Amino acid sequence: MSDRTVVRRRDLLRFTTAGSVDDGKSTLIGRMLFDSKQIFQDQLDQLERSSRLIGEEEVNLALLTDGLRAEREQGITIDVAYRYFSTARRKFIIADTPGHEQYTRNMVTGASTADLAVVLIDARNGVLPQSRRHGIIASLLGIPHMVVCVNKMDLVGYSQNRFEEIVSEYTAFAEKLNVHDIEFIPVSALHGDNVVDRSETMTWYTGSTLLHFLETVTVSADRNLVDFRFPVQYVIRPHQDFRGFAGQVVSGSIKPGEEVVVLPTHQRSRIRALHRYTEECSEAVEGESIVLTLEDEVDVSRGDMIVRRHNIPEVAGEFEATLCWMDEINDLDSTTSYIIQHTTQRAQAFVDKVLYELDVNTLHRRETHTLRLNEIGRVKVTASRPLFHDPYERNRATGAFILIDPNSNRTVAAGMIRHSSRETLEELKRERREESRDRSEPAAARNIQWDPGLVAPLDRMKRNRHKPVCVWFTGISGSGKSTIAKELEKTLFDKGYSVVRLDGDNLRHGLNADLGFSREDRRENIYRAGFLARLLYDYGHIVLCTFVSPYADDRMYVRRLFPAGAFLEVYVKCDLAEAQRRDPKGLYAKARDGEIKGLTGLDAPFEEPDSPETLADTTSTDVSEVSRRVLSLVLERVGEWER
Amino acid sequence: MAQSTMTYQRDTLDILESEAIFVIREIAAQFERPVMLFSGGKDSILMSYLARKAFYPGRIPFPLMHIDTGHNFRETIEYRDWWMEEIGVNLIVRSVEDSIRSGRVKEEDGSNPSRNALQTVTLLDALAEFNFDCAVGGARRDEEKARAKERFFSFRDRFGQWDPKNQRPELWNLYNGLKNPGEHFRAFPISNFTELDVWQYIQRERITIPSLYFTHEREVVRRDGVILAVGPYNKPLDGEVAERVRVRFRTIGDMTCTGATESSATTIRDIVDEIAATRVTERGGRADDRRSEAAMEDRKKTGYF
Repeated sequence: MSDRTVVRRRDLLRFTTAGSVDDGKSTLIGRMLFDSKQIFQDQLDQLERSSRLIGEEEVNLALLTDGLRAEREQGITIDVAYRYFSTARRKFIIADTPGHEQYTRNMVTGASTADLAVVLIDARNGVLPQSRRHGIIASLLGIPHMVVCVNKMDLVGYSQNRFEEIVSEYTAFAEKLNVHDIEFIPVSALHGDNVVDRSETMTWYTGSTLLHFLETVTVSADRNLVDFRFPVQYVIRPHQDFRGFAGQVVSGSIKPGEEVVVLPTHQRSRIRALHRYTEECSEAVEGESIVLTLEDEVDVSRGDMIVRRHNIPEVAGEFEATLCWMDEINDLDSTTSYIIQHTTQRAQAFVDKVLYELDVNTLHRRETHTLRLNEIGRVKVTASRPLFHDPYERNRATGAFILIDPNSNRTVAAGMIRHSSRETLEELKRERREESRDRSEPAAARNIQWDPGLVAPLDRMKRNRHKPVCVWFTGISGSGKSTIAKELEKTLFDKGYSVVRLDGDNLRHGLNADLGFSREDRRENIYRAGFLARLLYDYGHIVLCTFVSPYADDRMYVRRLFPAGAFLEVYVKCDLAEAQRRDPKGLYAKARDGEIKGLTGLDAPFEEPDSPETLADTTSTDVSEVSRRVLSLVLERVGEWER
Repeated sequence: MAQSTMTYQRDTLDILESEAIFVIREIAAQFERPVMLFSGGKDSILMSYLARKAFYPGRIPFPLMHIDTGHNFRETIEYRDWWMEEIGVNLIVRSVEDSIRSGRVKEEDGSNPSRNALQTVTLLDALAEFNFDCAVGGARRDEEKARAKERFFSFRDRFGQWDPKNQRPELWNLYNGLKNPGEHFRAFPISNFTELDVWQYIQRERITIPSLYFTHEREVVRRDGVILAVGPYNKPLDGEVAERVRVRFRTIGDMTCTGATESSATTIRDIVDEIAATRVTERGGRADDRRSEAAMEDRKKTGYF
């Protein structure tokens, strides 16, 4: 098909530059483009016009990379800008980031995709806090190579001593960092020394010029070619005979015939074929976007991860991470349920605790409770369901995540997973509960680990011959939730399905007997029911839950405990008057007599679901008709497993 | 078998292709009603070709849309209709002509009016008409300074406007397409391609492109240093003399503002060589960008790409 032989192969290096205007960063980039003949005539003409406009005699190379008008007016760059140039050997993508303290955010953004960092130091000023900050951020973001350009050598008389002073100071500092490869180059961006062409003045320097170094540094060794990880992006199903899973191999490699496991279901299969457009290939390697097919009919959807059977990532909903806060409007808030985006999946997440803030100029740790814009800290995160991940240090693709504000949808933080920490988080959760209810926990809760057991979800599906699902009935008292659920339970049971029913009142007799009807207790009531439902779901059952559950937040929390499509919300709607007329439990009567207060629908709110999977209005519709509708929805979801 | 699967050294074009396909799949997965814009130019041809690759053997799961200024080259429209068949997608066409007729926009005064500014209104109207929540464009970051900071997923507020200060940081390949009702996105899967990458990729993949890109003889006028094709929407002004010259187009847009270059490139290989050696940027031939240095930035703010 394609004509790969005609075009000479060139590889790609992505690097980030950091430095403030005063360090001459823009001039350095401009110089690199100019001397490597990457500037076009019309750009140069424009540059000359602009330079004259701001009263400069020579062409100001920095103007070449200063993009937006607002920034030109302020004379600083304020965002990450991407530049492109290439030589015969390589194509380069520069993530050009400003160096001011307030722009740690941009530096982190630029570093996230880089293989190499170019740090600028003004030879006159030596190692400033910001030079250290660049190094620390590059190290935190896992950039393996660093080039330190000691710039403005012309202003220190091209002094070798000055250069070596700076080298030894920065080397001593860099020993604390996780950067294995660091190179120092004395340059003058203004005059072009050692940028593209070798300096005629600094004959004492025998190393590479900047461009030569960038052209020759080996970065392929940094790729993780060991751990096969394939987050599923999209399911391609053009017809009955083809079911392909599209995605990018984010690390490792795979061949047809290899045994794989699909997470989170732990279903096993083998790779049938690897497709790249019309070609079938014999191997897929890190970085390739492919479509793969499996030997068996397994249930796979976006957000799942396909891995090699004997090389499985960590699976945990609780972990420690390094977090960079990026939102200028709100600080990190431990009570907000953020959206976490990790590989191709999203879940809910709390940042339970900030362990400490890291001073990005000194590496010192500071105790704090929150993180603000441009602050970086170590935190503990709890996600609403387990994430399949590797430590960021081992795998950038499966160790990185972002946090999204659930209201504004802004990206508020960038995170890098250190390791899972179920243990420490159990502790934290307990602390939180203690804070809110001042209730002590049994000491035995410490050191608990999740034990998946020997029976896999797939085994349960095979035995039950159907998939599990959670059906959540919400609605005011007397709306008909229990009636419908009971009828449904009977029908499913008679058909041989594995079904259980969780009833709000029944739970309040035991598990939730300590809870009342305050806002907090109602929430706790629903949380506990949700976790119980999730356990039963994990054990393969169809779980029918009937709870008034008047608050949208609480229902959303429970929904997020389940994988997409595994939670069906049924809103059983009924006119209050009709519900009062029915009054199966005599609650409305008691409320009228003043015996109980805070009855949902009367003097406590009921927040209607926005988009339930099914809305059943029992005011007018017959209950058995509603049951039939819910039944067909359930049957559609649980499918048939070799039934 | 592809070479890259035998050695672990990765080629730039493979990397860029994989990245674009990843972004296109993210768009299909994250948005409810995305649409891919098609102009007939090489960038949108490349992008739609990559969309074909991304979902093969399935169909592209979203429609393509052409905002027709009515000032297109005949060759562009012919190619467009052929290409849609070739890659098997649904094409929606909305025209600036209709926007003018319905009074949504007013044609510029003068003898050869440009409809570049007008197409923004037609585009926004079309996005609203179909309730599209993401418009996918073939813009590249190397095209112009204002685009160097553009995101893959570019957030637009309810008025379709782009605010450089209200863009989400884009980390790793975690693209955040979450939005509230009324808000939408532009997405640019081939952001990291340069002009030369585009041509080398077209060459490598042997993609058929419109004949306008190859040297042919055509009637032109020279205006403000730009060579413009003479046609129904672009007649010679007083004092201008139409001449027949061997030219080709480096970019394809409206007849009224797309400058041609004198060239002898008759194959894609010739074009690649020419681009590699050229000393003028491709937008250097676009009359609309010359109006002011910040022209592009202003157009972006109002909803143009």
